[in-house]
Amino acid sequence: MLARDRWKLIGWRLLQFVPVIVLATFIVFGLMQLVPGDIAVTLAGESASEARIAELRRLYGLDRPLLVQYGQWLWGAMQGDLGKSMLSGEPVLRSILTRFPTTLQIVLMALSVSLLIGVPMGILAALRPNSRIDAFVTSLASLGVALPNFWLAMLLVSVFALNLGWFPATGAVAFAKDPVASLKAATLPAFALAAGGVAEVARQLRGSLVEVLSSQFVRTLHAKGLPPSAILWRHGLKNVSVNLLTVIGLMFNRLLGATVVIEAVFAIPGVGSMVVASAIQKDFPVIQGVVLAMVLIVITLNLVIDLLYTVVDPRVGRR
Amino acid sequence: MSAPHAQGAAPASGPADRPDTPGPASRLTRFARWLRRDLRAALSLSFLLALLAVAVFAAQIAPYPPTQQDVNNTLLAPSAAHLLGTDDLGRDVFSRLIHGAPATLYASFLAVSVGLLIGLPVGLLAGFLGGWVDDIIGRLIDTLLSFPAIVLAIAVTGALGIGLTNSMIAVGIVFSPQLARLARAQTLIVKQELYVDAARVFGASLPRLLARHILPNAVQPVIVQVTLLLAVALLAEASLSFLGLGVQPPTPSWGAMLARAYQYMEIAPEQMYAPGIAILLTALSFNALGESVRIALDPTMKRR
Repeated sequence: MLARDRWKLIGWRLLQFVPVIVLATFIVFGLMQLVPGDIAVTLAGESASEARIAELRRLYGLDRPLLVQYGQWLWGAMQGDLGKSMLSGEPVLRSILTRFPTTLQIVLMALSVSLLIGVPMGILAALRPNSRIDAFVTSLASLGVALPNFWLAMLLVSVFALNLGWFPATGAVAFAKDPVASLKAATLPAFALAAGGVAEVARQLRGSLVEVLSSQFVRTLHAKGLPPSAILWRHGLKNVSVNLLTVIGLMFNRLLGATVVIEAVFAIPGVGSMVVASAIQKDFPVIQGVVLAMVLIVITLNLVIDLLYTVVDPRVGRR
Repeated sequence: MSAPHAQGAAPASGPADRPDTPGPASRLTRFARWLRRDLRAALSLSFLLALLAVAVFAAQIAPYPPTQQDVNNTLLAPSAAHLLGTDDLGRDVFSRLIHGAPATLYASFLAVSVGLLIGLPVGLLAGFLGGWVDDIIGRLIDTLLSFPAIVLAIAVTGALGIGLTNSMIAVGIVFSPQLARLARAQTLIVKQELYVDAARVFGASLPRLLARHILPNAVQPVIVQVTLLLAVALLAEASLSFLGLGVQPPTPSWGAMLARAYQYMEIAPEQMYAPGIAILLTALSFNALGESVRIALDPTMKRR
């Protein structure tokens, strides 16, 4: 059972969620205000008549005060109306919902790969700081951070798709339709994405584990004769695993962004390729819709992680 | 009563006037000693300087003009005439790689400058003023950091209009909350110092307080972060140009070259190596330099 003050803390966290969401929607709405000059003229395109511009202005409510526009847009968004694509006329929410599972699958696979490779690497490096293994892991991590992920994707395609033919070079398969083919198609994109993630996880884990292992209480444990393996598993990793939650939240944000470029390389019909295409064609409702969907997911995940902290970590909230 | 004033004047004029501040000559020797001791810093700095030289003298070094097409010699393999071969329009890849350097450096520095220009004053003000200003700015920073960076950059680029300068302004806008947060945190520490109180008592104005007393003492971690962000900006430029949102053809850029090479990967796979390695090495150098600067500036690290 959670104590009363803990519930209070959880309620407080939930309450803090509201202004962040409001601010995020305001930023997404404000993106349109960055368009230089008159938005209606930009939307109408070159050599549009005055009447057409005026019509567009009325259609999108651009003739009304900014806060009214924001209110209407927010009211619509809360009811699931993100507007229609200005090019295809398709409702934005529907396109996002059909495309998001593909993107999410790649991101989650990349996240798993990052953890599966990054965590053991970080532990190995932290067990012997400044050893050869540590140097190897650290340089690999530096390489992973500096590697352009779309270039890695190209190299992977060249080796594993074109030369060896193990994986398809492009496209995606819905998981519900054919799980095996779906996982196979998402493998190369996930690995291309995960390079940066592996580096990040290994680095963070090494850093926090080295800190824990060199702290006073670990010295005491050594002194009382606890075997090193017990110290690592029962005390070291237990302390570090809490930090890992934060890293996962950060990585999810990073991977969700990076998948945009990866989707372009593999011609994957996810939300990333959608936002790129609409940025080039100035399809603002689609851009706003995708950015809003992504930021809402990230904020919600961060909230969940925050709440987990309050439940799991006894130190949180005790000051 | 004039004696305490005279004593107080020394800290008020700022830490830049400390008597032990090294002159320019000894600063140079210290810099040289640092490079001699830190091989990584020396290597990455020389690489970046070489890259800068290549960028400045691109037109003199490159064997061919970067946009000169030759339809009879497309997708050639590397040879003596074309060191890295030719692309799908018969343009010399080596020349385009060299001419991609200025775009890359311009992009990185533009993005980081925009980020600094917005983030630094905002962070300093939030940290120094505190209260509701800090609350609002802090919330805004947290919210902005929840947006996946590259997606926000793409959205801002879409609004501003595609192109190298606009896309890098977008990346700079995305950087600004990170820098603001860092500057804010540092300001919170520095503003507790006695010399800040002293300056305030002497009637220093807010801009003077921030520029002369807070900034110089809060800037070190920002310098480290800026060096690391140069690598992020470089990768962002390559990604956005790869996606067609950054550098527009026919202007050469490493990211855009990779996008073209990808289309002809089955015919001429060797075209995708050089631009990728160029991006990787430059990003590695910025990162390595940033790490070395961090260690050099960190007072808790042992001087060996």
